Amino acid sequence: MTKKLLSINDLSILLPTGADRQYAVQDIDLELNAGETVCVVGESGSGKSLTARAVMGLLPAPHVRVGKGEIIFGGEDLTKVTYERLRELRGSEISMIFQEPMTALNPVMTIGDQIDEIFRYHVSMSPKERAEKALSLLVDVNLPDPEKIIDAYPHELSGGQRQRSMIAMALALGPKILIADEPTTALDVTTQAQILELINDMQKRLDTGVLFITHDFGVVADIADRVIVMQHGKIVETGTTKQVLQSPKHPYTKSLIAAIPRLKPRKARSRAAEVVLKTEGVCKSFGGGKSFFGFGKPNREVKAVQNVQIELRRGETLGVVGESGSGKSTLARCVIRLIDSDEGQIKLGDVDITKLSRSDLRPYRKRIQMVFQDPFASLNPRIRVGDIISQGPILQGEDKEDASKRAYELLDIVGLDRRSFDRFPHEFSGGQRQRIGIARALSLKPDILVADEPVSALDVSIQAQILELLDDIREQMDLSMLFITHDLRVAAQVCDYVAVMQYGKIVEMGPTAKLFKDPKDAYTKSLLAAVPGKDWHFGKLKP
Amino acid sequence: MTRSTKIFKYVGKRLLQGIPIILAIVIINFFLLNLAEGDAVDVLAGEAGSATPEYMAQLRKKFGLDQPLPVQLMVYLKNVLSLDLGYSFRHDMPVNELIFDRFAATGLLMTSTIILAVGFGILLGLLAAMRLNTWKDAVITVFALITYATPLFWVGLMMIVVFSLNLGWFPTSGMTNIAAFYEGWDYVVDVSRHLVLPTITLSLFYLALYTRMMRASMLEQYGQDYVVTARAKGLTERRITYVHVLRNALLPVVTMAGVQVGALIGGSVIVESVFAWPGLGMLAFESLFARDLNLLLGIFLLSSMLVVVVNLIVDIIYCFLDPRIEVN
Repeated sequence: MTKKLLSINDLSILLPTGADRQYAVQDIDLELNAGETVCVVGESGSGKSLTARAVMGLLPAPHVRVGKGEIIFGGEDLTKVTYERLRELRGSEISMIFQEPMTALNPVMTIGDQIDEIFRYHVSMSPKERAEKALSLLVDVNLPDPEKIIDAYPHELSGGQRQRSMIAMALALGPKILIADEPTTALDVTTQAQILELINDMQKRLDTGVLFITHDFGVVADIADRVIVMQHGKIVETGTTKQVLQSPKHPYTKSLIAAIPRLKPRKARSRAAEVVLKTEGVCKSFGGGKSFFGFGKPNREVKAVQNVQIELRRGETLGVVGESGSGKSTLARCVIRLIDSDEGQIKLGDVDITKLSRSDLRPYRKRIQMVFQDPFASLNPRIRVGDIISQGPILQGEDKEDASKRAYELLDIVGLDRRSFDRFPHEFSGGQRQRIGIARALSLKPDILVADEPVSALDVSIQAQILELLDDIREQMDLSMLFITHDLRVAAQVCDYVAVMQYGKIVEMGPTAKLFKDPKDAYTKSLLAAVPGKDWHFGKLKP
Repeated sequence: MTRSTKIFKYVGKRLLQGIPIILAIVIINFFLLNLAEGDAVDVLAGEAGSATPEYMAQLRKKFGLDQPLPVQLMVYLKNVLSLDLGYSFRHDMPVNELIFDRFAATGLLMTSTIILAVGFGILLGLLAAMRLNTWKDAVITVFALITYATPLFWVGLMMIVVFSLNLGWFPTSGMTNIAAFYEGWDYVVDVSRHLVLPTITLSLFYLALYTRMMRASMLEQYGQDYVVTARAKGLTERRITYVHVLRNALLPVVTMAGVQVGALIGGSVIVESVFAWPGLGMLAFESLFARDLNLLLGIFLLSSMLVVVVNLIVDIIYCFLDPRIEVN
């Protein structure tokens, strides 16, 4: 049954001179058989994506190139073949799908044309045949209304539809190998589950070998036959999924697996009586502008948040969970009044802050602070870390020296070196930057911390550390936290209470353990069912 | 609603929106020009050399210049709305006639300049980006830098010195050979021969700009994810460059070209003076010194209408180039 498709032997990929290490990938061996799914797992910078690209000959030349080793496919060494031969193989024998389907598709070309190209450059078929084949491909990947989608541009499709189109493109000529580079990372959980299923179906039908790059052990547990764990460009462990997930040998694999947030809800704690934040009937819409002189129709109105009631007690963490577009971030922004809500009350203690003017709001600003998702974009690159942290208190009228002293203490609290004070944000890694972001939020001694997807952009081991830090801080400072996340596993780990949002409404709310064990709403159920690796979390694995 | 009816509605809407903009421009220009000391009568009297104050007062009365400013403005606006731009006392002709005559000449110069600048700019930028870091790229970049930095009038004068006086390939100035009385096809050839040098002079600066923009835009697009996808699909580099990258790279260049049409009218003043091209720029320049406000206002009105229309055209081109832009 096992037909060997691809074998990578002793491959090293060189980084340009002057990089922090000599090799992006060092001495790796890898085999892929027909009909098999091999997952390459690792954190960012582990070289997993470059390994995948090397197979396609898509390394960012001339800076990054193969140093030694061979990639054997069908008796040919892909590192030695001519460019023309490589081009023939790409898209027909070996194809690839990417992480971000929006940017991976040409924005000014229809889906149909982008599929059509593959036929034009690999086989000779009449335009009519090609159009029919393209349409049938779109049907195969279960796209709704394929006649319409074939003439649609990428921006007219949802993320999941785009990824389906990408898969249609990749499988157009029935390739022997499909390389999937984090194809579901940018998607919502329910969409992710559907895409994984689609890849699985197509693989069975075409007996394709799938090389699947991911950072998510949940996904690995769901789809992989064999697993390869990479760290700093080297393979640290390989084995069947069962071996690696249930009895990891290498300490790095062990630590990675230990860092994964489980779907097991945390233990319930007793609730305090004091309500620190309460919203009543909060609504927020976007768009809906009037038309001009009767020309054109009025803009479409999007109700981002509709009639939301939440209550946050002192010392607890309330999770707001939902997929993209559910309105969870809009809610967070309304709560700290980065944007104004249209209707409803937002009470900080006893004060309704929705009606306060900007200057009246100022004293309340320091009581509620925010930690943002993207630690790269949310810190001003031209301001020193110390100033970033002490700026807030100084603006609120605190003495400059006191503020600096406090900034040093905060650096201690978030686990950064005191010397960080005089550095710029770009000198830090993602996790460290998120720590700076947290220190900045804490500098005003808030009662409430609003964390908008604070760990989504981070690697899983860093993610665990940041979650732990947030938990410690909450205990130490008696903080209440509004925690926005799309990841139910993260929510299970940190939240006392969870509210599930869909289309701007809260569909279900309750104590974490209860909600996870016995979800009432159909949407909550589907969300829970879509969590990758849920069988594994509960001790079951696919054989 | 189909795309074409959508576009028709959009054009109607934009033209309607243009009316208050143009009116505002007219009013602001009117007051700005009246801020300057002196009027057409001062200039006429000065040139005549022996005008009595009574004669000047009589002239002012005849031209309507003795009225208070707001009244003059209302009269002017009323005339503009009935498509009458007034009378140029300097040229002793209705402004309408004067302007439309000259507009044809300027329009010809501008159109040929835009086509040359945008066309060659795109071509050179494309070539430079494809041959990145080779001698071709270096030559194009240096060429763009030099033309960008050279003053227009100097280029114009050098063109005349080299191509007209020394080589004798093209005429030195004007739009037609007045003495020849060409008709039909001969006339066209004659005008085109006169057009060559002014067009090249005026377009060099913009050519440099578009070349640099196109090169940068191409390089930026080469780094996008969809290019990797295209390679992974096994397309040829040719296809990737000419079909995928080129169309995306054109977008910023088209935007820039649209914005600069307005600036072109300003730039044409110099070129038209150097080559004695009988266009609007020259006319504006002359009427400014003659304090011929009616004529000047008329020219401003026409150029503001031109900018509104060209921007509309660019927006429509843009929405064909980029499906993400919707007309509404």
